[in-house]
This record gives sequence, structure tokens and C-alpha cells, in this order.
Amino acid sequence: MNDSRRASADLRAALARRAFLGRSSQGVGAVALASLAGDRAAAAPLPGVLAPPPLPQRAKRVIWLSMAGGPSHLETFDHKPKLAEMHGQPMPESLTKGQQLAQLQGQKLVCFGPQHPFVPMGPAGTHLCELFPHIGSVLGEICLVRSMTTEAINHDPAHMFMNTGSQIAGRPSMGSWVTYGLGSEAADLPGFVVLTSLGKGGQNQPIAARQWSSGFLPSRYQGVQLRGRGDPVLYLGNPAGITRERQGRDISVINALNAQHDALTGDPEIATRIAQYEMAFAMQASVPELMDMSGESAATLELYGCRPGDGSFASNCLLARRLAERGVRFIQLYHKDWDHHGGVKDGVRLKAEEIDRACMALITDLKKLGMLDSTLVVWAGEFGRTPMSQGGSGRDHHNKAMTVWLAGGGVRGGLVHGASDELGYAAVENVCTVHDLHATMLHLLGIRHDAFSVKFQGLDAKLTGVEGARVIGEILA
Amino acid sequence: MSRLARTRGGARRSTPTFHPGLRRFTVAAGVVLAASIARADVPQRIDFVEHVQPILAEHCTHCHGRDAATRQGGLRLDVRDAALAGGESGLAAIAVGRPAESELVRRIHARDPDEIMPPPHENKPLTSDERAILEAWIAGGAEYAGHWAFEPPRKATPPAVPGVEHPIDAFVGARLAERGMVPAPQADDATLCRRLWLDIVGLPPSPADIEAFRRDGYERTVESLLASPRYGEKWARHWLDLARYSDSNGYEKDLPRDMWAWRDWVIAACNRDLPYDQFVIEQIAGDLLPNATQDQVVATGFLRNSMLNEEGAIIAEEFRMVEMFDRIDCVGKAVLGLSTQCAQCHSHKFDPLTQDEYFGMFAFLNDTYEARSYVYTPEQQRALAAIGAEIAAAEEEIRRLRPHWQAEMEAWAAAAVAPLPAWTPIRMEEMHSSGLLTHPTQRADGSILSIGHRDATHFFDGRPDLGGVTGLQLEALTDGDLFMNGPGRDDRWTVARLQVQVKKPEATAWEDVKLVNATADFSEPEQMVPRPGFDPKKAAAAKDGPSPTVSVGPVANMIDADEHSAWRADRGHLVRHQPSVAVVQFEKPLDLPAGTQLRIVLKAQGGPGDMLGCCRLSLTKDPSPAAPPIDHAAILAARTPGAERTDADRTALFAAWRRSVPDLAALNARIAAAWAKAPHAPTTVMHAASRSAARHRPTHLLDRGVWNQPKHEVQPHVPAGLHPLVASDDPPRLAFAKWLVDPRSPLAARVAVNRIWLTLFGQGLVETPDDFGTRAPVPEHRALLDWLAVDFFERGWSQKEAIRQIVTSATYRQSSLATPEAVARDPDNRLLARGPRFRPDAEVVRDVVLAVSGLLTEKVGGPSVYPPVPKNVLDFNYVQIAWPEATGPDRYRRSLYTFRRRSMPDPALGTFDAPNGDISCARRVRSNTPLAALTGLNEPIFVEAARGLALRALAEGGTDDASRVERAFVLCTARPPTATEKDVLLAFLVSQRRRLADGWLDPREIATGDADRLPALPAGTTPQDAAAWTLLARVLLNLDETVTKN
Repeated sequence: MNDSRRASADLRAALARRAFLGRSSQGVGAVALASLAGDRAAAAPLPGVLAPPPLPQRAKRVIWLSMAGGPSHLETFDHKPKLAEMHGQPMPESLTKGQQLAQLQGQKLVCFGPQHPFVPMGPAGTHLCELFPHIGSVLGEICLVRSMTTEAINHDPAHMFMNTGSQIAGRPSMGSWVTYGLGSEAADLPGFVVLTSLGKGGQNQPIAARQWSSGFLPSRYQGVQLRGRGDPVLYLGNPAGITRERQGRDISVINALNAQHDALTGDPEIATRIAQYEMAFAMQASVPELMDMSGESAATLELYGCRPGDGSFASNCLLARRLAERGVRFIQLYHKDWDHHGGVKDGVRLKAEEIDRACMALITDLKKLGMLDSTLVVWAGEFGRTPMSQGGSGRDHHNKAMTVWLAGGGVRGGLVHGASDELGYAAVENVCTVHDLHATMLHLLGIRHDAFSVKFQGLDAKLTGVEGARVIGEILA
Repeated sequence: MSRLARTRGGARRSTPTFHPGLRRFTVAAGVVLAASIARADVPQRIDFVEHVQPILAEHCTHCHGRDAATRQGGLRLDVRDAALAGGESGLAAIAVGRPAESELVRRIHARDPDEIMPPPHENKPLTSDERAILEAWIAGGAEYAGHWAFEPPRKATPPAVPGVEHPIDAFVGARLAERGMVPAPQADDATLCRRLWLDIVGLPPSPADIEAFRRDGYERTVESLLASPRYGEKWARHWLDLARYSDSNGYEKDLPRDMWAWRDWVIAACNRDLPYDQFVIEQIAGDLLPNATQDQVVATGFLRNSMLNEEGAIIAEEFRMVEMFDRIDCVGKAVLGLSTQCAQCHSHKFDPLTQDEYFGMFAFLNDTYEARSYVYTPEQQRALAAIGAEIAAAEEEIRRLRPHWQAEMEAWAAAAVAPLPAWTPIRMEEMHSSGLLTHPTQRADGSILSIGHRDATHFFDGRPDLGGVTGLQLEALTDGDLFMNGPGRDDRWTVARLQVQVKKPEATAWEDVKLVNATADFSEPEQMVPRPGFDPKKAAAAKDGPSPTVSVGPVANMIDADEHSAWRADRGHLVRHQPSVAVVQFEKPLDLPAGTQLRIVLKAQGGPGDMLGCCRLSLTKDPSPAAPPIDHAAILAARTPGAERTDADRTALFAAWRRSVPDLAALNARIAAAWAKAPHAPTTVMHAASRSAARHRPTHLLDRGVWNQPKHEVQPHVPAGLHPLVASDDPPRLAFAKWLVDPRSPLAARVAVNRIWLTLFGQGLVETPDDFGTRAPVPEHRALLDWLAVDFFERGWSQKEAIRQIVTSATYRQSSLATPEAVARDPDNRLLARGPRFRPDAEVVRDVVLAVSGLLTEKVGGPSVYPPVPKNVLDFNYVQIAWPEATGPDRYRRSLYTFRRRSMPDPALGTFDAPNGDISCARRVRSNTPLAALTGLNEPIFVEAARGLALRALAEGGTDDASRVERAFVLCTARPPTATEKDVLLAFLVSQRRRLADGWLDPREIATGDADRLPALPAGTTPQDAAAWTLLARVLLNLDETVTKN
């Protein structure tokens, strides 16, 4: 598909205006960059195909906290006293028969009790693992879904499924879908941004760029990874000897010559290219400004518990807030190191130290800024973990039950939705699927999930797949 | 694109629908909708294929189609008789000639939400035009036709258009005339020359090449470009997209793989214009062709380009199935032009592909090994052939010297196996590796195969009869799924530790069983090798640290106290890939109660790659079991009844027998010496190999496509809706390959020529190159497509002929300039009233930049080269692999040769939409993003190219700035700059020189990237010149025209 020919009328109008400026000029100076003149809004934000969205929009943006590796629901948010009682006893075969497991395939299955106590927290006294007191303190804003299920049990396909609704690579990621639908409000930043952080436990499985691919959607909707080290965006830095001013002048000449050629040619791609060189130049300023947290108050840094730019999950949460403030539509944070095949007890403690305070801080900060109402925050792994022991100290991958939580943007806080069975093996009450989660997210963003489709291989491909998905109405505020 | 953004046939004018979201989209994307070419809302003559079928496919046949499982109301609308008969209601959906009496018409006009069709919840309402078309069609007789793409293409006589000779121009011209449009004039020389160069060889013409074009003319330029070795490099890349080529395995670990031999095969095949039918056949089943060459085996690497999962704990078979689905997907998209994915789980809703037929095609490819073998250079192949001849001559000599060799050999074999103990393979209950990360599988013959994740320690637990057993036999076996057939997971294998443990029924702990008297068919002599994982620093610090070396060799090493000393039975390069056997005795015979568990632990010495890939563990009650010093391959062959012996069995038996004959010592030595000369291959390739009859793998239909939910067995068969498979003696996979490109295939040639058209024009005649099914938009130029398809196979499936045919048309040579009115009328240029203009593929963009800067290294083939990648991108990988960034000439190889790692899309090429090979890609997106702008401005190769172009302009462009500007501009765009452009550039140059002179800019830093280094300056130029010109070159390389094919 030819990108710019599919561009919206809005973008085209903006480009036509700029191209006209170019055509009417006689030399370099006349097309001085809007950015150089200090007019940052001159670069046009990415348009969406559903502007405005068809349904009432409860959330304007999404911050998705991906806990990569597969967090144990049994050491975080799903309280299973019965599992503690059954610790060391064989797992009832009625539950596990015929189920495909990963590393426990063909092994004896023994119950493994929760490794940390659960204590009541929040307004309703919901039992959470005691390692998460900060999240507990904002439980009034959070809706726990204890009945989430997924299809995949190996990392890469499970991430793929969580991101695209299909285990097979090649589909657009949810961030691409959302940005494609709604566009971006950020004039000088990409609409879909990805940040990653490592855990201290060392189980840092990879997250490949295909996880934020735009699949068959135009590539300008793909996620752009902001990196903690080096250039935050690829090739953001100028080559040796090239100052920002120099770069601006070079781009001015490039765009002036392109504008002249455009006047002769009339190919809309040229106007797009002119706009994109301007956006590139704008990003060379806006991204470092975004990453520069020196303006954040000591109180804010204290709240998140991070040093700016330390590459931690907490620092990324703060960056996520800054991205949200700047109009970025979909912000996805990956925090790795949740793959606790062994040592789940110490492993989850480390993870709690890394994320508990930061999650609370993000919610608190957004609320303070009046942005929580319009920001959907989702916390989810790619799968859960077995109630059975692996190797006496860990848990295997598991797809029949996991806990995810949502906060902000139209979600009913303080709610616990759904439940797993008494051993935490399978979701049994109000069972939810990843497709349902996607449908709910789209609904909150004002998008009808069953009507939001793109032709692919002759079918109307949707984020929520073909098997049907349901908006989880019970958790909406 | 949303469904409304597509124009489908001419009649579906874009009327906004009731759905609010989509309606807004139609408004926002008004430009797109204008793409439907203006014509009457309801055509005067209704054509089923063009007008009716798209409506049925889009709105009706999802529920009233071929898939019986989801059919509603018992009604089918895709077949005339069924539609006339109606569904369960008994009402005729279609009353021929009488729309008013047709239930279909009543229902599409119904107001009651329970009555109206399509049902409101489908969000697919019909427009009034669509309803009118259906009525007019029924009134006119409701004639059906098969889907056009499933009918054989016909070569229609090109329409007579005055003054037009080329058939392509006749078809296009006639269509334009119908619309009252005229073709654009021919583009100018420079544009045409650059267009041909970029399209045929993927490189820009130099000023001398443009001169040659003017001198030699258009046709001769086409010929010389088609004959250039650069041609194969350009056109191979398009096939690599379809074939999901990559240099890594994908998934979590994404380790490197050797597949460049296959990539080079594609380049060579393009360059020698291997006929397309042969091109496909060799890639699907080259190994099965009579006297298959190494090249033909390498070709089957096509099937193996799928991602390969080595994540810990995967079940290898699950992901082999995923690879199989990927292969069918790839063959569907690349050769058949059909989307097959849906039929993996259920019968296709729209196209003639049932789930049974899906698995029928699957079955043709399923009975294969996932093989990997060495690939030799042509010289090495000749050397190997000479070695083979030498060995054959020696063997012939042996047969001549011993005319009764056959009887002697059989007698010897019988005597060899007679005294051997009876061994009972242990049936394992649990098999895994140290981290539970490998899941080996045991077959009926007791052999255990370990594929998938690799580990250096394996555990095998069983509960065999332990009443009076005296010893254990470990057989290292070959298997086609292993590298060079194994027995190792990689080239060599070792056993550092063989441990036997037992646990009685009531016991809680394992007890070691002491092992003695190890024997083997073959062991190397004791020798020292570096200790795996040895760290000299740590060893020096420790008082009694480990020695830097460990021993390998005698079989006793695997039961001694040293965990590192190992049994190794490496018979040498190439000959090491054969079975071996070791036997150990228990110090005391075991006599343990029933239910006692037996555990066998195998440890490799050097790491997971040293692990045995296939083994068998057996017990005996023989009083003193031992392994005879006869190659185990010969023992296995001797035990096989003569009629069932394979060639390999006979070879092994003969080799072992001749070595047992003392008189043949000299000839045996001659054969051993010949083997020792075997060359070492520079690389390996993953390829397909047919499974042996004993290991035949049946195919089952998988319930909902889930890998471990097999239903009934499915025999290889092709979809009934396509052309038939001709009965032959060919092995099934070869028969399938031939069927794919049978001249009677309605799809093969159409799909191939459409792809060539797509490459040249930026879009195919069929908009969806990977889907010619009923839901694909009906092509505007169907007759032309069919003409080209038939012409293609009439000319022997020659891709070069097809390209020549297209580029010599006036249609191709049109100028891309268009009036705003023409663009508004046909923004996507579907009618072809102007020439193509678009940003070419990522590789072409980068190659253009390398070529104009004078940096490009022209060398065909070889291992992929490592481009510069920012450290923060390399660091982001989960598994770090060596990344020896190319320096010197290799740094500037064509982009086709850059190393492609699936989880780390090349940062420069990926930005310009190069696919990363996860799945087959028939059509690249063509983005235009700020990230591409940053790449063009700041990426190291682009920056180095700017410096290169600067020096080239200074060296080649005469002595004054004006002539140099002219030269550099022509290099980049093939045309001289206009006066205004020249003024802008010269003014820019003057201002740069001034700033450099004033000390605002550091010339060395700009010209070399290093403030302390001077560039290699052309005579008579200064560092300031180089710096100012580097800045100018940067501007030129980033011009739209430089990175655009016009």
C-alpha cells in the first residue's frame, strides 16, 4: 500500500500548504524551517483513520506495563490460601490432565504454596502479596482481573499473542492498531513509543522488535523504541562536526530543493518527505528534551524512587508520564526478568522492589496532574505461572490463569473481577481472554473492536481476532 | 485499509455506510475513495466476476458459502444450483429473471432487523448500488462464472489500437480509450536510463552509462542490463522477501544460521534465468530430482527458511508444526497466490480450499527431515568427486581380487553378529535435560531423538526389568534431523560421563550403580584437548585449580572419576557421521524388584553442541557383554535382512568386511588415505531431505489446527478446485512441486508475472500479489495479466523475457508527470496512464547511495557481511552473537549481503521497510517516516557515502565548483541540475566555505569523522574543500530524487 496516498485529507492539506510555501519561494531562505523559527507545532501529528472515534472516549491514551517473563499471579495479586494448605501434595489430576506444559511436561506435579504472605490492602481489604504495599495503597484506583487466560505458553509466541491477538508473527501490534485508529496528538514525537528495562535477577528474556511491528498496517504506525543508552532514537545524533544549526541549514536546503522539484512533479510523496525531514529535525530537539528529566522536582523523583535516566522501570514510568503529557497515544513499557522457573520467592521480591513503588507513583502522578481519568494503565504479563512446583523453588509457564490489572481511563477502581479456582490453576469465574482485554481497551478508547478492521489476505483482520471477543463491561466505571 | 478504502471492481462506488467510525474514515480518506474510477454507478452490462462476485464474497458467502460448518439456514449463494434451490426455508433465493420473486432480493430490502440481509450485527450493509446490481443480475438471468483466477488464463488477441504495436500498449491503450484518457508521453532519456538501471540491476547509472544509453539505444541497454551479474542480485532480493530469508533462526535466542549458500543459489538462478517452473521445482524438491546436484539440494533451503525455535522447554514437534504451517503459507503466497492460513483451522470461507485439502498439501511436505549439511565450493565438489572415483576404483579392485566377496562378506557378517548379546532397549518414562529444557522423544525402535533446545546433560528414566541384568549398551545413532545425520547435535559428539542410578520402589534417593569394563566399537587414542570453559585467570588464582586440558579418547573415560575426560569416537572429517556403540558392565549384576526406577545420565564434554542427538540405551543379561571392534554401522546393517538394506547399509557392511581381510591392507590404506583428503566445506545449509521408509511420517488433519490434536490421517492430495495432479512415479513432494508450476495451473504464471509487474510499476495488476482468491480486488487489466501469463510460459517461463517484454512497452516508458486532474482521477495509477514514480526498496536506496559515492564493492555472493549497528541496538539482543563489523571493501557490499538477524531488523534497511524474514512477504509497505530522514542524514554508511561523494566530485568533477556540482548532481539523479538548483547549491557551498574559513566548522571532523585525521585529498584540493563538499554531498544524497525511482 502506498503510504502517503492513503494519508488523510488533514495531512494532505498541511502538506499542500507547506509545498505551496516551497513552490512560491525562490531560494533557500524562504523555506526556513518552521522548527527553527520556534514553531514546534508546525510538524503535523500523525493522523488516525477514526478521527473522531465512533464511541464516547473514556481514555485518550494507553500506558501498557508489560511484565515480561510471565509474573506469578500466586506471588503477586491472586490470593490462594488453599494452595498454601496443599503445599507439597500432588496436584489433583482432574485439573491437570491433558494440559500442555512447558518445562514440566511429563513431570510429577506437586502443589507449591505461595511463597509470600498475602495481607489485606486498599479500601475493600483485598488480599495482595505483602511485597506490593504501594500498589495496595492505590488499590482504590485499580481493577484487578484475576481470571485472565491466554493461548500461548512459550515467551515469544505469548508476547506476540498479547500484543497482536495472534501467536503468529505478522499482525499489527495493539499500539499500532490504536495509533492507526486514533492518530497521535504529539507533533514532534512518534505516536507509539516503547521503553524497556531489565530486572536485577538476570532472567531477561528478549523482546524482539517484531512485538511492536505495525504488521500489515503502514509502517509509520509501528512502535518506536526509545533506548535508555546511546541515541534514544536511532540516528538521532548528528555526525561528527555537524551542529544543530548546521543540521537545520542542511535540511532547509534539502527541503528547498525538494520543494522546487515538487512544483514540477506533483508527487505527493515529495511533500510527505519534506514534512518528515521537518519532523526528524523536530525530534532531534524534542526527544532529548523528553529524556532530560532535570526539570523534574525532587518530590517527583522521590515519589518514583529513581534517579533520572538510570534505565530503571521507575525511570521509564516517569518517562511514560512525560510521553503522555506530550500527546503520545500508546506507551508500552517492558520490564523483564519475571521468568521464575526457580527461586520464585527471591525473584518476585526483587521484582516487587523494582515495580511496586513505580506503579503507585505513575498512578498517583497521573492523578495529581488530572490525567488519570484520560489515561488507561494496564499491567499484564504474557502468561501466568503454575501452582505446581518446578524444581522445588519455582513455577513453570502457565496460560490457564493469570492476573492483570487496569487503572484510570474509564475503569472501575477498587474492583476485583473474576477468580481462578482455589489452587490458582484455571480461571473459573468470569473467565477473560486476551481478546476481551483488547476489546475492552479499544472500547475505552472509543473504538468498536468488532468494526475496527483492515483487509488482510482477503479477510477483515481485527486486533480481537475471529473467535469473538467481549468488552468486559463489568469493569467499566 | 478499511474495507471501504478498497475499490473492488468498478461498481462499488463509495457510499458512506451507517457505521459512524467508518463513515468518518471515508470522509477523512476522501482522496482514497476517489480512487474508484469514475463510471456509471450501476454498470449497463453486469459481469458476474467483475460486479456480482465481489458483492457476494464481501457480504454473503461468509455465512452462505462453501464452509458447511458455519453455513446459515442451509443456504449457499456461491453455487448457482444451490442458490436457485434456496435454503431450509424452501424459498428460492434466486428466481431467474424475476428479482421480485427472489427471496434474496426481498431480504436485502427488508426493514425488519431480523429479516434484513446481511444481518446488522455483521456491519456489512449493502449500498443501494450493490442492491441494484444484484437485482439487475438476477433479472438478466443470474449467470454464474467460476472465479476468474481459477480458470486457465487465455491469451486474447490484443485490441486493435491505431499506431500501437506492443501488445501491452494495446491492452492499456484500449482501456484508457474507454475511459477517455490518453497515455502520458515518453519520459526523457535520463529518466528512462535511470529507471531501467534501478529496475533491472538496482543500481544508478553513472554519467558514462547515461552516455552509453544515448549512444546504444534503449533496447541494447535493456539487453546489457539483463546480462549483468548485478541483475541477479537485484531480482534475487524480491524472492528472498517471499522466501522469508534470514541469517538467524528467529524466536527468543535467534542464533545465527548458515543460509547464504541458498541465497547465492537464488542469485545464480536469476542470473542464468533458470526457468521459473524449474526454479520452483528445485526449491520444493530439488533433492528428489534424478542425480540431484549439490545445487539442487541447496535449493530446498527455501523450505527451511522458516523460523526455528530453540527456546528452553519447547516441544520440538510443536514448533516443527509451526514451521510446516509457515511453509504452506509461504508456498501459498509465493507460488499459488492464495492465502492458506485460514484453512489450517477450518475450511476456507471463500476460496476452494477445505481443511482436508490444506492438510493434503501439508502432507506432501511433511514427510521430510529437517536436514543440515555441508556445502562445498565447485572446486571442492570436483575434489570430492575425484576422491569418490578413487575409492570406487579401489573397491572395484577389491571385488576383482576376491570374486566371491559377496559370500565372504555375508559369512563374515553372520559370524560377527552371532556371538553378540541380546539387548533389550529400555522404554523410558521420563526424558529431559539438566534444566528440564529439552524434551527428547523415544521412537518405537527404542531410539531417542533430541532436537529443539540443546543441553549438555540428559536424564533418561525408565522402569525396565532389572532381574539379573549385567550391562548397558549405549548406541550413538544417525538420524536425518541431525547435522550431517548426526549422531551429534553438531559436528562432533562426546560422552564425558555415563552414569547409572537406581531407585527402589520405596526408596527416596537414587543409588549409583558402579560401572566397569567399558568397551566400544571405536575409540580414539588418548589425547589432550582444551578443558571446556577453562579460565586461566581463575586457575592461576586457585591452589589446586583444574588443568587447562582434559583427555578424550578411550571409552573408559566416560565411567572414570573425572567428569571431563570423555569417550570420543571421531573417525575423522566426514566419516565421523556414522553410528557407534559402547557397552559397560555393572560391577555386580542387578537384581532389583519390579518397579525399581533406572536412571541413565549422559553428559557431553564440550557443551550442548557435543551432546548426542540420537541414541538408544539397552540392557542385557549376558554374562560378559562387550562391544566388538567392528563399526556399529556394519553390525546394524548385518542385522538387517538383505532385502531391506539400504545403500548406506551395503556400503557400511562392505567397508567393515574389507577391513577385516588382512590381504586387503594396502587397498584399505588407499581408501583411508583418499578419505583423509576430503576438503573442509566453507559453510553449511539447512535443506529438505525425504524421510526413510522406516521413519515415514503420516499426516493427520489437526483439529482447529492445533498441533497435538490429530484427527484422521490425510493422504497427500491437491485442492479439487484447482488443476488436477497428474499421476506419476515421482515421489510425492516432487509431484507436488511439478503440480505447483504445471502449465495448466491457473495461478502459477499469473502470480509470477504479476509480481514482476509489481516490481516494475510499484503495484501489481492484481493489487494483492499473495492473494488471487475470490476476495482479491478484480484487476483493472485482467486481459493484459492473462496475456502476460500465457506469454510467460510460452516463452519457457523466462523471467528475463517477461521483464524485457514489459520494459520495452510504451506503457513502461511513460513519463510519471501528471496533471493534478489526472492524479485526482486515478491517484493510484491503476489505469496506467502515466509512468511509475516511487521510492524503491531499502536495498536499492542504500545501494544507490553506495554507488554514487564510489564506495560500492561489486562482488557476488559469499557469507553475509556485518553492517555497522549502534551499540545500544546490539546490546539490546537477548543472546549476544559475534558482530564483527565489516571494514574495508566488505563494508560497502551491496545491501543484499548485509547480515539479517530476525530479532534485530537492520536499523538502516528496516527503516526503509526491508522485511525481517519472520514470514513470507509478497509486498513491502513503502513508508516515508522521520526515522528514514534521520537515517539518510546521520546513519554511518550514509555519512561515509557523503564523504565519498565529496571526494569523487572533487576528483572527477573538473576544477571549478560549478562543474563539480553538475557532476555530483548527475551522479545522484542522472540529470543535470536546473539553473535554480545549481544556484542554490553553489550558494550553499559558498556559505559553507565561508563558515569553514571563519573556523565555525572543523573541516577534518566533517570530512573524516575524526578531528585528527585528514581525508585522502584529490590533487589540488584542501581539507576545507572536502568538508564543504561533504556537507553538499549530504544534501544531494537526501534529495527526494536520489532516493526515488522515476
